Amino acid sequence: MYETNYHRASSVSDAVKLLKKAEDPKILAGGMTLIPTMKQRLASPSDLVDITKISDLVGIKVSGKTVTIGAATTHFDVSTNEKLAKVCPALCALASHIGDPHVRYRGTIGGSISNNDPAADYPSAMLALNATIITDKRTIAADKFFKGLFETALKDGEIVTAIEFTAPAKAAYSKFPNPASRYAMAGVFVAKDKDGVRVAVTGAGETGVYRHKAMEAALDNKFEAASIDGVKVDGKGLMTDMHASADYRAALIKVMAKRAVAAAA
Amino acid sequence: MGIEGIGASVLRKEDKRFITGKGRYTDDMVVAGMKHAHFVRSPHAHASITKIDTKRAMAMPGVIGVLTGKELKADGIGNIICGWMIHSKDGSPMKMGAWSPLATDTVRYVGDAVVIVVADTKSQARDAAEAVDITYKVKKAVVSAVDALKTGAPQIHPEAENNLIFDWEIGDAKAVDAAFQNAAHVTKLDIINNRLVPNPMEPRATLGVYDSAEEHYTCWTTSQNPHVARLVMSAFYNVAPENKLRVIAPDVGGGFGSKIYIYPEEIVCLWASKKTGVPVKWNSDRTEAFLTDAHGRDHVTHVEMAFDKSNKVIGLKVDTIANLGAYMSLFSSATPTYLYATLLSGQYNIPAVHANVRTVYTNTAPVDAYRGAGRPEATYVMERTMETAARELGVSPTELRRQNFITSFPHQTPVIMCYDAGDFGASLDAAMKQADYAGFPARKAAAAKEGMLRGIGMSCYIEACGIAPSAAVGSLGAGVGLWESAEVRVNAVGTVEILTGSHSHGQGHETTFAQLVTERFGIPGANVNIVHGDTDKVQMGMGTYGSRSGAVGMSAIVKALDKVEAKAKKIAAHLMEADEGDIVIENGELKVAGTDKKVPWFQMALSAYTAHNLPSGMEPGLKEGAFYDPSNFTFPAGCYICEVEVDPDTGTTKIIQFVAADDFGNIINPMIVEGQVHGGIGQGIGQALLEGAHYDESGQLQTASYMDYCMPRADDLPSYQISHQCTPCPGNPLGIKGCGEAGAIGSPPAVINAITDAIGNNNLTMPATPLAVWNAIQAVK
Repeated sequence: MYETNYHRASSVSDAVKLLKKAEDPKILAGGMTLIPTMKQRLASPSDLVDITKISDLVGIKVSGKTVTIGAATTHFDVSTNEKLAKVCPALCALASHIGDPHVRYRGTIGGSISNNDPAADYPSAMLALNATIITDKRTIAADKFFKGLFETALKDGEIVTAIEFTAPAKAAYSKFPNPASRYAMAGVFVAKDKDGVRVAVTGAGETGVYRHKAMEAALDNKFEAASIDGVKVDGKGLMTDMHASADYRAALIKVMAKRAVAAAA
Repeated sequence: MGIEGIGASVLRKEDKRFITGKGRYTDDMVVAGMKHAHFVRSPHAHASITKIDTKRAMAMPGVIGVLTGKELKADGIGNIICGWMIHSKDGSPMKMGAWSPLATDTVRYVGDAVVIVVADTKSQARDAAEAVDITYKVKKAVVSAVDALKTGAPQIHPEAENNLIFDWEIGDAKAVDAAFQNAAHVTKLDIINNRLVPNPMEPRATLGVYDSAEEHYTCWTTSQNPHVARLVMSAFYNVAPENKLRVIAPDVGGGFGSKIYIYPEEIVCLWASKKTGVPVKWNSDRTEAFLTDAHGRDHVTHVEMAFDKSNKVIGLKVDTIANLGAYMSLFSSATPTYLYATLLSGQYNIPAVHANVRTVYTNTAPVDAYRGAGRPEATYVMERTMETAARELGVSPTELRRQNFITSFPHQTPVIMCYDAGDFGASLDAAMKQADYAGFPARKAAAAKEGMLRGIGMSCYIEACGIAPSAAVGSLGAGVGLWESAEVRVNAVGTVEILTGSHSHGQGHETTFAQLVTERFGIPGANVNIVHGDTDKVQMGMGTYGSRSGAVGMSAIVKALDKVEAKAKKIAAHLMEADEGDIVIENGELKVAGTDKKVPWFQMALSAYTAHNLPSGMEPGLKEGAFYDPSNFTFPAGCYICEVEVDPDTGTTKIIQFVAADDFGNIINPMIVEGQVHGGIGQGIGQALLEGAHYDESGQLQTASYMDYCMPRADDLPSYQISHQCTPCPGNPLGIKGCGEAGAIGSPPAVINAITDAIGNNNLTMPATPLAVWNAIQAVK
């Protein structure tokens, strides 16, 4: 790792100030991707601004059906929050399978979605839950937030402070992990609400997380696993690497979607 | 047997320090004035070096030295060699290309060391390494051994035309051809044995210390065989004469073969210590370990097995291409020849066997022995072929094997080995019973109702351990003898030190070896210490690999104990005025049989050292040494059965049960043996399902971290069902055969036979990842 300056921000405005002052800063929101990258000398930020100790950014609020999760809330806290488990257990289950215990104690939801790794779990949940991403400047709909591989709508220095969504009537996440890294090789989050069904796919798309409109339509018609059978999923637009071909990913997407629907229904 | 003697599951003495973080590994060693090294490595798989400019790096903060291969050569340091000479079938010697510890003109794989930077801190060394300017002219690379043999392939070493190192054969080709002409059925199979990265928990490390006053070097290193390291560094690399070079391999966190070899880093750090005047420490990071530790396996094989009308195997023909990587590592030539093709008779009575092996240079990391070393490759060939033949012939795979088993011993195979003892049917019966083989069809039907594909597969392996009779391996090309040494020192208070030339890097020698003393003299294990891993303390020894520490290392201890016992009895007889032949040793006492006369062990020892009252003419003291040269290999064998369930939707394989029935001969510590079996099968399942080193066409290692190289995790592995059958080895005093590699040797074909049985497609290559299995299912849909 190259030398870097570490700052622990005491508030969001403090973080903004620190980011402005530094030459080439990075926000540290758990560091589960950033720190290994720095250790390999593939990233060399001049300054790290740690936002995980800002108390306003930590915690989960459930008010009726509205769920607000602070950006610096760890995966462990999401996976074990009892109030959240009552209204959206699918998100708890998803968080409980991110990385390993060490990662879950350090990694945060804001960090994960801001990084937008194409194989991360949370982006699929945000899309399928039609979540709103709240930053220090504005609110962004999940549909507009995820832009491509490791790309989001965030501007330089913009800090995600929370995410918010309305708990769905039914939801589930099914993931097929990469055998080595155990990131999603195909992960499907399905959520059904009065406005309809939303299906989001992670780990498979060449441009990152995306919604599967054909599956949504089929499930709007009838919310059962068999509805997926008739949906055509091919390898077009899907990633190919040594662990999975595009065709294999296409097959997995269908299987994971059916399993998610079966678990949600 | 006592509670701590032979056959007792004594808890491992060494575990307290390992589990509590008190182990002392090479990277824990700190000496005054110590500095840190970083190696600048080639980012290219194949390139010529046109310029190395170290000026900018030398000016970086904290830098003490930036040294190149040119300076290394100028100081007379030699090239790295392969220590086992193989001749091609045309009689020509193997074509060994030059391996300079620091590349000077050409780099041949990604990770090839070019420059060493020594600085005050690790970070400074790494920073300065980035400032070394090396200009490369990139050449076309080749990574697959099959491609490397093709006309027009990039030429890697001028010495080896067409990248062919040797074209070797064993067995009687004419007899095999005759057998095939009379065959009623021939089973043919193309087999790939996947390349693996060893991944010991502790990465390699070294600390080189030059003492200018004494002109003496000390090398701390992560080695499985410190004496061999000293010998090779003295005799071939010209680092220093043996009396001026001390090699210490302290606690070593796993080796699996990869720490047998002498790597560039040890030599270069010793030399750099003299050159810079400071002790030089290097510790591999995990990426360097992936790139530069000697890899394992990587065979491509075509096999044909001929059967007569009654399904007896009458001939076997094997053609193998083995990838040795960019340079020939220390024992790389022996692994795909004498450790591989000599096991191609398997457990079967085959009258004619012929194998041809071509070894090839490629632009990949050097390949050498890895847990099993040649024998997993042989077992995979034999047992995949047997299973395939049974399917083709429409007979039970168990009965086809049983029908062809060797049943009388000794048995001379057509490929050198003479099996001394075994009972293959006993292990097969035990495994089938434990696996409830007969109940499999019902379980398969039940699984099918759930939409799952059940399969069962087996593997009847035999391997050769206890390497090896020195004269025999010498005649086959080995540059060293493979005996082992021991010294037993009884101290004046009766406690015992055993100095062994073998080396423990996880095997539990401190516990097992002490059990021999307890068994013999009845003194507690706590009073016995094992000393190993330091050339200044321990007499010359050959180290630990090839499951040899038991069969060879412990046999040397037994020989030394015999001498100690004889002298102890003489002393006791003298003290009690009894006849030497009447002395028995029990529970820490020397007794006169049939009387109540006795001398405690410690009192006898004290008498040996006070020397006030010894038999006339006897030398004082009680310390004896022995060298043991085995008379034959030992032959562990067994039967493994694996039952799997495959999810046809995703290609995921779950191991439902894994049964291992092994014959290791006599067993000293059953708990440690069971641990070895667990670990070995874990590695074998890793090879079968998860692990595979993968280079892209340009020679970049794509599986250079755990994000892409899949190591087995606890939840990938089943709970093993283990049993032991015992035919004692007639060739050594303890009747033991060795158990360190069996699991890794026997398990991969059992797993793949089970999966191919489940999915109904025999065309499946390891690792059987979900993708590979899914593809195989689609291919027969």
